[in-house]
Amino acid sequence: MRIPELTLPAAMASLLGRLPATPPCWALVTTLNQLKKRDILPADMSLLAGHSFEVHVQDAGLRLGFCADEQHFKVASVGTAPDLRLSANLADFARMMLREEDPDTLFFNRKLIIEGDTELGLIVKNLLDSVDWSSTPLQRFMAV
Amino acid sequence: MPATRPLPELVCPAGSLPALKAAVDNGADTVYLGLKNDTNARNFAGLNFDDRTAREGIRYAHQHERKVLLAINTYAQGGDISRWHRAIDEGAELGVDAIILADIGLMEYARRRYPALRLHMSVQSSATNYEAINLAQELFDIRRAVLPRVLTLDQVKQVIDHTRVEIEVFGFGSLCVMVEGRCLLSSYATGESPNSHGVCSPAKFVRWEHGSQALGARLNGILIDEYQQGEAAGYPTLCKGRFEVEGDTYYALEEPTSLNVMAMLPQIIDIGVAAIKVEGRQRSPAYVAQVTRTLREALDAAGREPQRFSVKPGWTQALSKLAEGQQQTLGAYNRPWK
Repeated sequence: MRIPELTLPAAMASLLGRLPATPPCWALVTTLNQLKKRDILPADMSLLAGHSFEVHVQDAGLRLGFCADEQHFKVASVGTAPDLRLSANLADFARMMLREEDPDTLFFNRKLIIEGDTELGLIVKNLLDSVDWSSTPLQRFMAV
Repeated sequence: MPATRPLPELVCPAGSLPALKAAVDNGADTVYLGLKNDTNARNFAGLNFDDRTAREGIRYAHQHERKVLLAINTYAQGGDISRWHRAIDEGAELGVDAIILADIGLMEYARRRYPALRLHMSVQSSATNYEAINLAQELFDIRRAVLPRVLTLDQVKQVIDHTRVEIEVFGFGSLCVMVEGRCLLSSYATGESPNSHGVCSPAKFVRWEHGSQALGARLNGILIDEYQQGEAAGYPTLCKGRFEVEGDTYYALEEPTSLNVMAMLPQIIDIGVAAIKVEGRQRSPAYVAQVTRTLREALDAAGREPQRFSVKPGWTQALSKLAEGQQQTLGAYNRPWK
């Protein structure tokens, strides 16, 4: 499965941007905690604890804010400057998550924007890269 | 017509277990990896292998009859060299197929403690001539040397013709300023260099500034470059920055670019190169899979019909997408002047 070159229409962003971000954010945080609990996400929480994160899906107008403590990921309000913000269009986030595209490639091409603490960004990037999906049913969606 | 040479080993990078599996699944003969500390030259936060992932990775590679090399390619720092000794102990205990070392003190330790352990001489040793390589063989019985990216193909051949040590050359990946093992540039900005801390631009010193016009890259406060809208960005290293020199702003040291030797594969095979290395332990499994798959195909094609070999546009396309600076070069291999 190749993700098509696609940018969501601007109307979508203005519509989605007006909806409350809490449900998708809650879904993201719950997924992260589940993956961690099942040892699929090999997160060293000591490196993430106390930091705030924002995933900005540009073409969807979606800003998902969360933070981490020593045990869990938690929903956090967006607005204040997060320690790390990752911004990209939905298709590029999907390419990155499904390992169709290398985050460095997206970054060189200016399709992935990293703001804030660079080292924290590297920790998150390397954490996503180190997830071994082969032990999960999600492997069949992965390009690699 | 010379006897057919064996194909060089394709040696691919792994910064994580999924990257290692991607390399194996896509046709690497050998993967190389590092531990989670400053004993290797890709000492990046969250990257590399701990005991569990190293064991699993070695099991996976060996199950598929591929080899695993452990890079311990920084220089042991005075005061406490125990970390480097422990890394060698760990590699021997894990059962890696060879250890890649730069520091001759560590070569001596590894040889003395583990006489049966295969040793490779890292590119960071900066051995550019056969005398240096043969001396390391005589002293420490090194079996392979990785050449710095400064030699022309003729010079590589000259080395190969005068040594029994296997020669490994770089085939693809981001080019650095190419004085491997001798580069102190980054320590000028941060006090840390690849040889001492295993990293050129330590992330804790890097700041990306998002201005309205341009993206600025700073290393410990020093402005390395500004990328205009739509302009490709690069790694924030001093060597790849654009600096103002006598009123002119340009790449004063080198342009961000990637090495790609695909066009020379028949000659590389012909002169007897033992292994071709792909740079990029810091890159994701997606990169490793794409580069490995492409080079595997190209190498096999060059081996089958060296006379009729030509680079397929699809290969070039696949690799240029991944290249830093989105441009590729044959580097020093193809230098007409001497």
